[in-house]
Amino acid sequence: MSDTLAPDVRRGAKHGKRGRRASAPKPDRVASLWTDAWYDLRRRPLFIGSAALIIVLIVMAAFPWLFTSVDPFDAATCQLGEARQGMSGVHWFGTDNLGCDVYARTVYGARNSIVVGVTTTVITALVGGLLGLVAGFKGGALDTVFSRVTEIFFAIPSILGALLILAVFRTGNVWTVMLALAVLTWPMTFRIMRASVLTVKNQDYVTAARALGASAPRLMFRHILPNAIASVIVVSMINLGSFIAAEAGLSFLGVGLRSPDISWGLMIADARERFLEAPGPLLFPAIFLSLTVLAFIMLGDAVRDALDPKLR
Amino acid sequence: MGRYIIRRLVQAIPVLLGATLLIYAIVFALPGDPVAALAGEKRLDPHIVDVLREQYHLNDPFLVQYWHYLTGLFRGDFGDTFAGVPVTDIMAGKFQVTINLAATALVMEAVIGAGLGLYAALRHGKAQDSMILGATLVLISVPTLVTGFMLQLLLGVKLKQAGIDLFPVAGVAEGLRSYLLPGFVLAGASIAYLTRLTRTSLMETLRADYIRTAVAKGLPRRRVVGRHALRNALIPLITFLGADLGTLMGGAVITEAIFNLPGIGQQLFTSVYLREQPVVVGIVTVLVLVYILANMVVDLLYAVLDPRIRYE
Repeated sequence: MSDTLAPDVRRGAKHGKRGRRASAPKPDRVASLWTDAWYDLRRRPLFIGSAALIIVLIVMAAFPWLFTSVDPFDAATCQLGEARQGMSGVHWFGTDNLGCDVYARTVYGARNSIVVGVTTTVITALVGGLLGLVAGFKGGALDTVFSRVTEIFFAIPSILGALLILAVFRTGNVWTVMLALAVLTWPMTFRIMRASVLTVKNQDYVTAARALGASAPRLMFRHILPNAIASVIVVSMINLGSFIAAEAGLSFLGVGLRSPDISWGLMIADARERFLEAPGPLLFPAIFLSLTVLAFIMLGDAVRDALDPKLR
Repeated sequence: MGRYIIRRLVQAIPVLLGATLLIYAIVFALPGDPVAALAGEKRLDPHIVDVLREQYHLNDPFLVQYWHYLTGLFRGDFGDTFAGVPVTDIMAGKFQVTINLAATALVMEAVIGAGLGLYAALRHGKAQDSMILGATLVLISVPTLVTGFMLQLLLGVKLKQAGIDLFPVAGVAEGLRSYLLPGFVLAGASIAYLTRLTRTSLMETLRADYIRTAVAKGLPRRRVVGRHALRNALIPLITFLGADLGTLMGGAVITEAIFNLPGIGQQLFTSVYLREQPVVVGIVTVLVLVYILANMVVDLLYAVLDPRIRYE
């Protein structure tokens, strides 16, 4: 309890100093974990930087035509005679092996990366989180069965597993990539949710709610979930970056997205043959890919630090 | 101790069964007919097809086929490919390459990660510490796909053009030297995680009472850090390294593709497209076994390193 109160008191004192609020903070103001975290986050340069980068990327994914007037899906924009040109005023990032504009393709590639990353994260958080919540709360046979099943998934290397699943569907697209990644990675969220539910469910306030006759769903969703969800959110944010990297990797290997879909991994694969003489078509998508993954991992890092005062 | 090992082995059985069943099912679902794939473009004599299908139990239902495979596995027989080559023969050479790669990565990870972490912990709060932390963030975020090509270009090609031919960029013709660059690329993110882990663990240990006692006794700093702190701080590192061996071997497929190393990743690709079920299942089974055994060895090492832990 003192943990959650302390920052509020400190904040009250700060305001007092500035003379804006000389009296004590209003009694109805609750300093929850989230308001505290938000207060803390707004002051972190790491958070502001990564959040800004992510907003730009999301805008790029939603409205790529704001960033470039070239439509990379229009074959007429590619001129074979202009293949592998360097950077210029017309082609900011140069052109690739087929004479297509690398800048336009890189911009349009953001969408698939963001969609795969965000959707896979949401699926794993929902499936793994929900199962973890129920398994941790109910315990018993249900918990044992699910825990054994997750052990099986942990033992299978995820990139190889995803490669096999994608080979089953002959056509790779965003949906199959998301499915393959989600199938193999939900146990991670399951384990984290289960572990934090196990600690939370023995807290006094849960016992109190139970004594007052709260039903199982009410206990789970009203009392346990809000206090157990923080770690799942943090891990999900960090995983988001690795899902984006995994999509690029799988597309690079030829089992993920396929042409004419645009994916940074696919662009890297296409450019690798002539990479040593014309590095541009490979380097620019690579830089965008790295920045995107970096932004999400930095965001996860910042949120974790804000949510877990013990780590400071 | 003996009873503990037996219990762990028994617990590993369902994981092994579940993982092989899962992989077997995925491979079973792969599109295409393996016997037809064997013949390529030619049409096979229907009589030969019948014999082959009978010989490889292809006419049996899924679970019967799996049972045949499993009983073979427990006799140490990974089966034959449809072309009649024992799977173990195929796997041996490929696993040699991947093991070399993973071992190189593991050594680099241990040396660089522990070294940087130690340095950062001793310079805690200073500029060098923040720099190392920043570097780990970048190392975690930049995907293998990107580091692989970047280093190939910078160290493999540009450096060679400058007259320093240190790092071969493709194949395994140069012996151990061939693995230096791919090993580092594969180890990338792991190096960063290990650096952070070493730093946190050492900083925690340095705050312990026995360290204060050692300093108060007047022992030199070298001895306090080297003998008293490092030994205890190393325990979580061993766990991480042990568990990472399986991850590195399973995650090597992208690195192998970038550097053209004929390891299990490439073999898996070929076998998936030839629909050589036994090879695919065999490779993943070996990886699952590596994962299970590595984790078990790590748990046992715990007891050796930390006398407070006793397994009954």
